[in-house]
Amino acid sequence: MLEIEGLNAYYGRAHILHGVGFSMGRGEVLALMGRNGAGKSTTMKAVMGLVPPQAGRVIFEGHTIVGREPFEIARLGIGYVPEERRVFSELSVMENLSVAQRPKREGAPHWTPERLFQLFPNLGRMRDRPGGAMSGGEQQMLTIARTLMGNPKLVLLDEPSEGLAPVIVEEMAKTILALKSEGLSVLISEQNLHFAGSVADRATIIEKGLIRFTGTMDELKADEAVRAQYLSV
Amino acid sequence: MIDLIFAQTLNGLASASSLFLVACGLSIIFGVTRIVNFAHGSFYMLGAYLAFTLVTRFGPADVFGFWGGVLVAALIVAALGAIVEIVILRRIYQAPELFQLLATFGLVLMVQDIALGIWGPEDKLGPRAPGFKSFVVLMGSRFPTYELFLIVVGPIMLGLLWFLFQKTRWGTLVRAATQDREMVGALGVNQRLLFTSVFAFGAGLAALGGALQLPREAVNLHMDLSMISEAFVVVVVGGLGSVTGAYLAAVLIGIIHAFGILVFPKITLVLVFLVMAVVLVIKPYGLMGERPVGSAHAHGPVEPLLLPASFNIKLIGLAALAVLLLAPFVVADHWLLTLTELSIFALFAASLHFMMGPGGMASFGHAAYFGLGAYGAALAVKWLGMPMLPALAFAPFLAGIAGFVFGWFCVRLSGVYLAMLTLAFAQIAWATAFQWVDVTGGDNGILGIWPAPWASSKLVYYYLALAICVAAILALRVVIFAPFGYALRAGRDSPLRAEAIGLPVMRIQWIAFIIAAFAAGIAGALFAFFKGSVFPTYMAIPRSVDGLLMVLLGGVQTVSGPIVGAFAFMGLQEQLVKATMYWRFVLGASIVLLVILFPRGLVGTALAFAERRREAEPAPPVTAAPELAR
Ligand SMILES: Nc1ncnc2c1ncn2[C@@H]1O[C@H](COP(=O)(O)OP(=O)(O)OP(=O)(O)O)[C@@H](O)[C@H]1O
Ligand SMILES: [Mg+2]
Repeated sequence: MLEIEGLNAYYGRAHILHGVGFSMGRGEVLALMGRNGAGKSTTMKAVMGLVPPQAGRVIFEGHTIVGREPFEIARLGIGYVPEERRVFSELSVMENLSVAQRPKREGAPHWTPERLFQLFPNLGRMRDRPGGAMSGGEQQMLTIARTLMGNPKLVLLDEPSEGLAPVIVEEMAKTILALKSEGLSVLISEQNLHFAGSVADRATIIEKGLIRFTGTMDELKADEAVRAQYLSV
Repeated sequence: MIDLIFAQTLNGLASASSLFLVACGLSIIFGVTRIVNFAHGSFYMLGAYLAFTLVTRFGPADVFGFWGGVLVAALIVAALGAIVEIVILRRIYQAPELFQLLATFGLVLMVQDIALGIWGPEDKLGPRAPGFKSFVVLMGSRFPTYELFLIVVGPIMLGLLWFLFQKTRWGTLVRAATQDREMVGALGVNQRLLFTSVFAFGAGLAALGGALQLPREAVNLHMDLSMISEAFVVVVVGGLGSVTGAYLAAVLIGIIHAFGILVFPKITLVLVFLVMAVVLVIKPYGLMGERPVGSAHAHGPVEPLLLPASFNIKLIGLAALAVLLLAPFVVADHWLLTLTELSIFALFAASLHFMMGPGGMASFGHAAYFGLGAYGAALAVKWLGMPMLPALAFAPFLAGIAGFVFGWFCVRLSGVYLAMLTLAFAQIAWATAFQWVDVTGGDNGILGIWPAPWASSKLVYYYLALAICVAAILALRVVIFAPFGYALRAGRDSPLRAEAIGLPVMRIQWIAFIIAAFAAGIAGALFAFFKGSVFPTYMAIPRSVDGLLMVLLGGVQTVSGPIVGAFAFMGLQEQLVKATMYWRFVLGASIVLLVILFPRGLVGTALAFAERRREAEPAPPVTAAPELAR
């Protein structure tokens, strides 16, 4: 469903991605792993068109998406949950959701605020609260819920567990598995091997803007050399 | 007395409504597109002119004719706004803030000439509104019912706008985009459509404000700039992006105006801008505004470091200087006038560049210091009987003192707020020169400021001006590459870190502000003796924009940029004035084109080009334009 090949991206003159490539199947959860500054977020932004890639191919369900605007990419069915959450702090929970609302999409689960409140009961209890007046964990749930309002087929989740209390992290893992069971594909960027292991089918490791390893979660767990080289701090 | 106060309060409230509509549109447009739309006053003016034409055509006495005309005028201007956004602004959202501002000022010039071409130079007196032609007697004074109607319009529009922004999807999108437009795009919202609609909506509001003024005052060609400077004040006092704030500020300003006329008829404008200054010192981001969140400056190329000129560029500079020195032996006499003027404006541009480039403080009102220098010289001659040289020496101090006072306020702010405050102070200076007739001669200016007999020939005055300007520009350059200049740039690039290593950033910026004002004052004083007279227009907005144009045309990144820019701009303007009566239109259109084609200025573009050629490996494109770069 998503195929990336030779992706190159820059911030100004700084060359960050040097030909990233991997692919994902429908309904799969893939963990994009790597240390701080490895290029995980940049890869997601490049797919989303937020950092326009200068070379490479990104094919989503047969559509070439390099060179398209972020809103067009979103409309094709890719949802993006940024690392910094970027909740609209002056808008209420309901308004945050309504910004992202898109029509029903063929072949993707259809979300309404009510369905999302079943998935995130906390949010249902604070519909009118401004986004700025929520805790970090609540904001993280809200950004995911907000992205789902676009009825995506593929969700790019950038470090969903970052800065959250262990209980909430566990909840997050359940949420991701719930999304998977709905048939969604999820690309999560993650540094925590334990968390990635609890949700992902496969992992791909990025380091200095290059893919160094791709394999199943079990293969990664078995390969101590790779883990030592690219993941341990 | 009570009834007078009452009458003036009503007056103030009535004039607040249009001001609110214009400022509100300006504020919303800035919130979403991050563009400070100088042309907003032009939409206001177009609204008034179009309403005049339509109402006259549809039948001014007829209820539908009048109100239909007003509404259609607003709709037409909204459509024009959409076209402007699609054709021009869309191409410059990635350009630095100031370039966007220049492009919208180019629009101001274009609209001025379009209005002149269509409606002619005479004021147009509109009909009175059907149904609101009578007076009511309130507390002993006669009060036109139309004024009462306008008073009601303000709160009603505020309510409607509140509903629109809080209760509709479009309003929610606008509020979300005001906070984080990139994220709104990533969530699948078509930003282009949103931006276009916001711009059209804001333009329509401004036009409605203008159209509603039709029964109140004559429509004229100066409405645009007088409105935009007041709208800036309202937006800054109210807080950028806040509709309620804009209303409160409009009422405040309206009432201050009304009472100012009563109490200090000579200095109403000064009063308005003083209030603004006070509010900004107490609440730097306006009554209802909040500190802008980080992303406000996230777009646009990062400014490269300011590097000393290379050997080659120094050689070119020397050669240019030699050409200027030898020019009088070659060219015809009248060219000396042009060259004198060019030298003076090169200094003016260099002084502005000193603030903007190394100082990082963009000024919308640098003409104030130029003008104060000119007035300083003129006043010294007229009132103190000074000869030329002492007057030339005295004048820059007047500008420097103004820089001392105004700068104290300005360095407390940054970015767009700072720029708007500089504009406000320039308007104070302008208003003082304009309204204080006893001393400054008001609109008639001060005449007969001629050079001393020994310097009265074109040739001698040219050399005198050239010598002073070159010396002053070199002095500015020395300061830029002295430790003070490095401290200044450290304060610009990372104020927090500079503070942390013990640099008093605000004080350094303040000193830079004063130096820039002083240098502009030198240019102004030379200009006064050059022209033989001074007028308030020396300090008016267009002159400040001329300065910005010169600096930005040349590019802020280099010291030589503003000089090249001054020559390019003055040359262009002179040719245009000679060539066509509608030179403003052509100039405006050229500015817009230049901004679209050279978003980094002339010298900046040339440098980037040279650098790209020098680099052996194919360099990555700087901005998001892969096709162009390859
Ligand atoms: N806006 C930016 N401008 C310039 N460089 C950037 C920018 N954002 C990131 N970088 C650089 O790009 C590189 C990759 O950053 P990226 O955010 O993709 O890393 P990451 O893998 O997501 O790291 P983290 O785990 O810390 O989130 C880093 O070296 C970073 O310094
Ligand atoms: Mg990251």
